[in-house]
Amino acid sequence: MNIWLIMIIGGLITFGMRFSLIYLFGRFEVPETMRRALHYVPPAVLSAIILPELLYHNNVFDASLGNTRLLAGIIAVVVAWYSKNTLLTILVGMTALLILQLL
Amino acid sequence: MSEAAKEFWNGVRAELPLLIGVFPFGMIYGAVALNAGLSPGASQLMSSIVFAGSSQFVTAQLVHDAAPALVIIVTIAVVNLRHMLYSASLAPYLHDLSLRWKALLSYLLTDEAYAPTIIKYERDGIGPFSHWFLLGAGFSLWFNWQVSTALGIFLGAAIPKEWPLDFALPLTFIAMIVPILKNRPMIASALSAGLVALLAFSLPYKLGIILAALTGILVGIILESRQSPKGAQ
Repeated sequence: MNIWLIMIIGGLITFGMRFSLIYLFGRFEVPETMRRALHYVPPAVLSAIILPELLYHNNVFDASLGNTRLLAGIIAVVVAWYSKNTLLTILVGMTALLILQLL
Repeated sequence: MSEAAKEFWNGVRAELPLLIGVFPFGMIYGAVALNAGLSPGASQLMSSIVFAGSSQFVTAQLVHDAAPALVIIVTIAVVNLRHMLYSASLAPYLHDLSLRWKALLSYLLTDEAYAPTIIKYERDGIGPFSHWFLLGAGFSLWFNWQVSTALGIFLGAAIPKEWPLDFALPLTFIAMIVPILKNRPMIASALSAGLVALLAFSLPYKLGIILAALTGILVGIILESRQSPKGAQ
């Protein structure tokens, strides 16, 4: 399956969810469990992507100090925690990686 | 100016501060999508076919990691599930509109269009032209997203291939989740999902991501219900 098919199906699903309850008004309510579950989608999905990105290099686990992406990622976490500023986090993380790769 | 036009521009005006914030992300998305291996055409059209920022970043990441189509589609669905809540929340204000209007406004219903609209509807109630407000907010964001994506693709093409631009993706995700890790269930949800993703890394078809995400969501719900037993809230 190619990228176009992924985008079209992904787009239809996204539209479907946006349209769903506007269309079904009065006939269906969002269950409470789902409302709760939705709070945990961002931390769960994004951590599931972030940690392997930082800790696997060319499909090999690497938690050493030589792993520049891990170090730059940790710096980014600290910046995000204190600044809560998205652009600053990306900028500092990217700069940290470039510097660490030169060292 | 007609009442409809007035409401439309009110929506645009309410959206303006958000447009300034969103513009750099459209550019980053355009540049990283290209860097992740999507064609310029696919990178650009994803911004109008899917038109949902975080799921577009996630898709670029998963295409970069060569994840299979089904895993990418399931992930897009999970990431965009929250739109059902916006849909539910705006439904009572839109239920007198024609199907065509409902469909158009649904297509434009992003986080950034929802936020100023629900504030306005709850504060002022609705009149015969209120839907033009959502159209103004939604359309200006849509337009802004297309232009910023195009600019990002244009600039991304000029960035040397050796630059580790793909790292901007995990960095964007870090910037999104760290500030929301405010209580134990949230932190536990993130940590358990991350741990499962590491342990399940070698599972075929990148299934580890879906397994990890489901674990994280489940851990979050269970801890939350333990923390606040029924009736205590």
